[in-house]
Amino acid sequence: MLDIEDLTVSVEGRVLLKNISLNIEEGETRMLFGENGSGKTSLLMAIMGLGNYTVESGRITFKGEDITHLPADERARRGIGIMFQRPPTIRGLKVSDMLELIRRDGRDPEEVARELNFSQFMDRDLNLGFSGGEIKRAELLQLLTQDPDLVLLDEPESGVDLVNIGVIGNAIRDLLQKDLHRQRKKSGLIITHSGYILDYVEADKGCVLVNQTIWCTGNPHEILEGIRQHGYEGCLTCQR
Amino acid sequence: MSEVREKAEAAKGKPAKYGPDLNLEEYSCDTPEYEACELEDVEVVDPERLLNAGVDVSGEERSGSFIQVDSSVIHAAPTQEGVEVMATRKALEKYDWLDEYLWKLVAVDADKYTASAELNFQDGYFVRAMPGAKTVFPVQACLYLKSENVSQNVHNIIIAEEDSELHIITGCATDSPESRGLHIGISEFYIKKNAKITFSMIHNWAPQVAVRPRSAIRIEEGGLFLNNYICLHPVESLQLFPSAFLVGSGATARFNSVLLAPEGTKMDVGSKAVLSAPETRCEMIARSLTTGGEIINRGLLIGEVEGVKAHLECRGMILKGGGRIYAIPELDGRVEGVDMSHEAAVGKIARDEVEYLMARGLSEDEAVATIVRGFMHVDIEGLPPILKEQIDRAVELSEQSLL
Repeated sequence: MLDIEDLTVSVEGRVLLKNISLNIEEGETRMLFGENGSGKTSLLMAIMGLGNYTVESGRITFKGEDITHLPADERARRGIGIMFQRPPTIRGLKVSDMLELIRRDGRDPEEVARELNFSQFMDRDLNLGFSGGEIKRAELLQLLTQDPDLVLLDEPESGVDLVNIGVIGNAIRDLLQKDLHRQRKKSGLIITHSGYILDYVEADKGCVLVNQTIWCTGNPHEILEGIRQHGYEGCLTCQR
Repeated sequence: MSEVREKAEAAKGKPAKYGPDLNLEEYSCDTPEYEACELEDVEVVDPERLLNAGVDVSGEERSGSFIQVDSSVIHAAPTQEGVEVMATRKALEKYDWLDEYLWKLVAVDADKYTASAELNFQDGYFVRAMPGAKTVFPVQACLYLKSENVSQNVHNIIIAEEDSELHIITGCATDSPESRGLHIGISEFYIKKNAKITFSMIHNWAPQVAVRPRSAIRIEEGGLFLNNYICLHPVESLQLFPSAFLVGSGATARFNSVLLAPEGTKMDVGSKAVLSAPETRCEMIARSLTTGGEIINRGLLIGEVEGVKAHLECRGMILKGGGRIYAIPELDGRVEGVDMSHEAAVGKIARDEVEYLMARGLSEDEAVATIVRGFMHVDIEGLPPILKEQIDRAVELSEQSLL
């Protein structure tokens, strides 16, 4: 589904990602761990084609097509979707109107809004005055309507209270077709700090971003446990 | 000579406080006469240009219509009981008491434009809702400039008697985009106890037309004035600064404006509210876009008694082509216990907003269009759906030319 080969990315001459190689299969969910400033968000932005990131070398292939230099909207139309951690407010654009604009083959927005306890926000301006949890639900509602084949989720559990984390976890499971097993087509790359999301969304693999590069790949639970015990410094000495 | 006339004579050379000073001698008050007719027989106006200003000559879903071409009132009639629609001159002949409403809110000697409206008086409209009458559909009023280089001087009086509800849509337009002219319009609004007026004005002028409306509104106890002003077409010079006087307890005024200034357009637009009774409320919301023109956005809130609440919001966006937006919000609290605030912002289209929409699959052009559309969309509480449709239509038409 997604194949990143030896990718080096910079912003205004400063290297943020170095020699990243990453392969995500169809139906696979991948967790991405890493300390603050390690480049996790930059990697998601680079895959989506956002920001003023410059690809210095390497390439990104999606469904067999080189998308390294495609604009974000072309990547979205090919089936990549992203959940923003801090999305901007779009004044005067109602949530319901946004869903009409972006709807692809996804589910009925009204129905998804009901499941996300979000129906009362449909007439509100997009992200205007939304709390942390409301922003997450608005993002997931858009993604479920958009129906991407690869979803990039940036810390979906941050700022969400215990009541809503179950709602959000279920929405992500829905997005990633977690109930389909063998017929699953959807893939995901999920940034997590705390690992709480693993209680709700099973991941096939995990990987750690340290010093701007992918340091290791393995069982997500084992990686999380290792980070809990030894911190990210432990990753540097680990021989896995 | 009457006292009003004397004052007007004395002020006929007096420049206005705001806006470029115009030489009134460049315009002619001699205009051809146009014959009065039924609405369906109106032929001297371009229906398409009127419709773009919210005025429908079919008269459908309207509770009355008024059309003035240059200095001639060609149609004035209500279609709903409890509403009066007539030419101001005729109303002054019919009602002696109307003198008590003329030049009582707007000073005749405020500037050369008010003076000109008196000295070169060419009618205007009188609209009145009788006590308890509630209009479902708006009264439509059209002031139309047809002749070349003409000066149109009108005086409008609008009265909502106690417990009445009146919706008015005023469309102003020129016969052609090449027309040159001057429009001076005096409007005095009287909103009696627990009455309500929504007044939506859509301007569809031309690049060589100068416009000087002079409006004031008196709102009594429990009254509501909702003012929407939309100007999305080029105009040489536009300056207006309506004043609302909230004199009765619980009176409310809301001003919304959506402005677009293409290159060559100069707009000096704002409003003032004097909150002089307890529990009065005022909100002013302005959205200004420039693609090369100049917009000065003013707003003045004066709180004179304890417990008043007022807010002013002014947002400006400078699009490709440059231009200037100068926001001047002013708060004048004169006693303890007033609650007044303002926020103003001027900027460009935010890159992160464009990228956000692109990440959802919108092309860059679609993303920009969506953001601009959202920016221009002012959610107006209490606006009848038909007026909302007209405003949305005006905004949509401008988007097409803008993008």
